[in-house]
Amino acid sequence: MYRIVRKEVLSPVITLMEVEAPRLARAAQPGQFLIVRADEEGERIPLTICDYNREKGTVTIVTQAIGASSKEICALQEGECFTDVVGPLGQPSEFVNLPDEELRKMSFVFIAGGLGTAPVYPQAKYFHEKGAKVDVILGAKSADLVILEKEMEAVCDNLYICTDDGSKGFKGLVTAKLEELMAQGKGYTQAVAIGPMIMMKFVTLTAGKFNLPLVVSLNTLMVDGTGMCGACRVTVGGKVRFACVEGPEFNAYEVDFDEAMRRQAMYRGKEMEEDHKCKIGRGR
Amino acid sequence: MAGRIPRVPVREQDPQIRARNFKEVCLGYTDEEAMLEARRCLNCKRPACMTACPVSVKIPFFIQAVAKGDFADAARIISIDSSLPAICGRVCPQECQCEGSCVMGVKGEPVAIGKLERFVADWSRENNVAFNATAPSNGKRVAVIGSGPSGLACASDLAKMGYDVTIFEALHKAGGVLTYGIPEFRLPKDTVVAAEIESVKRLGVKIETNVVVGRTLTIDDMFDREGFHAVFVGSGAGLPKFMDIPGENLNGVVSANEFLTRNNLMKAYKEGARTPIYVGNKVCVVGGGNVAMDAARTALRLGAQVTVVYRRTEKELPARAEEVHHAKEEGIEFMMLTNPVEIVGDEKGWVTALKCEKMELGEPDASGRRSPVAVADSHFNVEADVVIMALGTSPNPLIAQTTPGLERSRKGGLVATEEGATTREGVFAGGDAVTGAATVILAMGAGRKAAAAIDEYLKNKK
Repeated sequence: MYRIVRKEVLSPVITLMEVEAPRLARAAQPGQFLIVRADEEGERIPLTICDYNREKGTVTIVTQAIGASSKEICALQEGECFTDVVGPLGQPSEFVNLPDEELRKMSFVFIAGGLGTAPVYPQAKYFHEKGAKVDVILGAKSADLVILEKEMEAVCDNLYICTDDGSKGFKGLVTAKLEELMAQGKGYTQAVAIGPMIMMKFVTLTAGKFNLPLVVSLNTLMVDGTGMCGACRVTVGGKVRFACVEGPEFNAYEVDFDEAMRRQAMYRGKEMEEDHKCKIGRGR
Repeated sequence: MAGRIPRVPVREQDPQIRARNFKEVCLGYTDEEAMLEARRCLNCKRPACMTACPVSVKIPFFIQAVAKGDFADAARIISIDSSLPAICGRVCPQECQCEGSCVMGVKGEPVAIGKLERFVADWSRENNVAFNATAPSNGKRVAVIGSGPSGLACASDLAKMGYDVTIFEALHKAGGVLTYGIPEFRLPKDTVVAAEIESVKRLGVKIETNVVVGRTLTIDDMFDREGFHAVFVGSGAGLPKFMDIPGENLNGVVSANEFLTRNNLMKAYKEGARTPIYVGNKVCVVGGGNVAMDAARTALRLGAQVTVVYRRTEKELPARAEEVHHAKEEGIEFMMLTNPVEIVGDEKGWVTALKCEKMELGEPDASGRRSPVAVADSHFNVEADVVIMALGTSPNPLIAQTTPGLERSRKGGLVATEEGATTREGVFAGGDAVTGAATVILAMGAGRKAAAAIDEYLKNKK
């Protein structure tokens, strides 16, 4: 079973869990995700892999309680089990295929927004360990929503925290910080942005001003996560792609963000209904 | 004598009532009805029905047992060749297989072989009659990828021969298309699918869910790490096709796979299930196969008004005749010789209509079907707030991409011999993963052939 061996509350709404899933932990690579179900009635919820421990056979996930399903996940306690955990899914970050000497020449800037900090962590860690230069811009609404600060500090050269309200670090958006750093002549060779779709859209506009190569990780709707349903369709470079099997990471400059945001909201009205109501025979 | 008995009609839920529920449409034969129908079989010396069955069920023999009222013996006869009779009796295209070859059908109606098979399977389940004879364990381990029809058939044959078999399933529930694809009203999940999977497990087959082969484990891992001696790939054809027309990414456009998975696997129709489904009021289903019928009839049951749009005529509909008949009875509208060219949306990006053109039938194509040709200047809009694309599926490339030496054909299926041997030693494949989307029974047939080939391979291997 997929037992929760450690649970840590990172903020009032964000929970970290370390879960037993030995095969998954052995196969996981930076950039990939997994799918969990909290119980028998549960939705299949895609979550990014925040960390993996091959020896212990565990993976770490971070969940923000927003909808009914994510609240259910966050309510699980240490020692309890997920009904299902499956993965790793999607393609690993394209940079894991680079030879180490190439990686050592690279200078990454990761832009993490909110919960996006979780999937940025294993990438920053991996590339930092391989000897690349790694800076991280971590954005959150306010100080209490900044997560994994200590962990992140340990795996990067510079950590820049930004909050919308200025309660911690730089007051302002991650795009302003990125602009500032670029103006300082940081000379990044690659940017990776992971966070809300709207943030990734604006990071793309900012990075574009500096011709900075940028990869984004798309958190689209998904059901199976293996290419079977097509709920995750995104337009990239004018072509329809399945984020679950061809992504989740894509070249930011080719992504149709407006379409992706619209598609993400397809079931939002439904989720707001307090309880799922039976629809059989409706309208007859 | 047999000729004088008319085909015994099978009881069904009233179309008006069943259009509002997910209970099974067909109610099946009673003992008396089954025995009466069985008496219509002429017990031919050279039974064409058996030849036409992809798994060669000994049809006249089991029907004779039914006629005598010996249902247990009928179940025993079927179990020799089929591990999933309650499923086949419900979803096989009998009209182009066993029943299509029945001599009784030449002048009248063929024997209702499918309904009799279903009767026997249901009877044996309800009366706990099981046939679990397996050979002593031979210590050899076989991994089966996918718990759909081909995987289950392959696994149960191998288990009967004494192999130690583990099925790896990517989803959280076993059954493949039987679970996520075919709806409850055609194939009940708990009473039929789960029960048949249980009977495969009783043979000693283990099923591990949540293992995506190519991601969680590779085929190399199975040989090197997990200690398997052979692998069968029955991973199906899971990737949905789209039309590549403008507007296909509008909100409200879904693949039939997505729509059916939300409903069947995730139980979106049930109170308490967390997974949402968007049904809308006017649904257009594009396509004419069984999956299109399943999606249309599911949308109807969820409260929508449903139109099936198909580019050829009713004669060319690839769906089982019974499904089309049931769909019509329930009030599904059919627009034939109609081809979508664009999906139209509102300013918020939601579907409002399907723009179509009229078609006419031209010359027969390679498959022998007359190919549809567009009629000039015949565009018109069909109002819709949900469009379901049921255009077929293709095999998932993941396993081929992550297994050195495993070749794919140009169409995307794995390259395999008639017996199921792939281009990689020790790896066999069958079902939709090889052929592309086909039927449950053909996949089962391929699974059985591969089981025989795996047995042969492992016996001869030093």
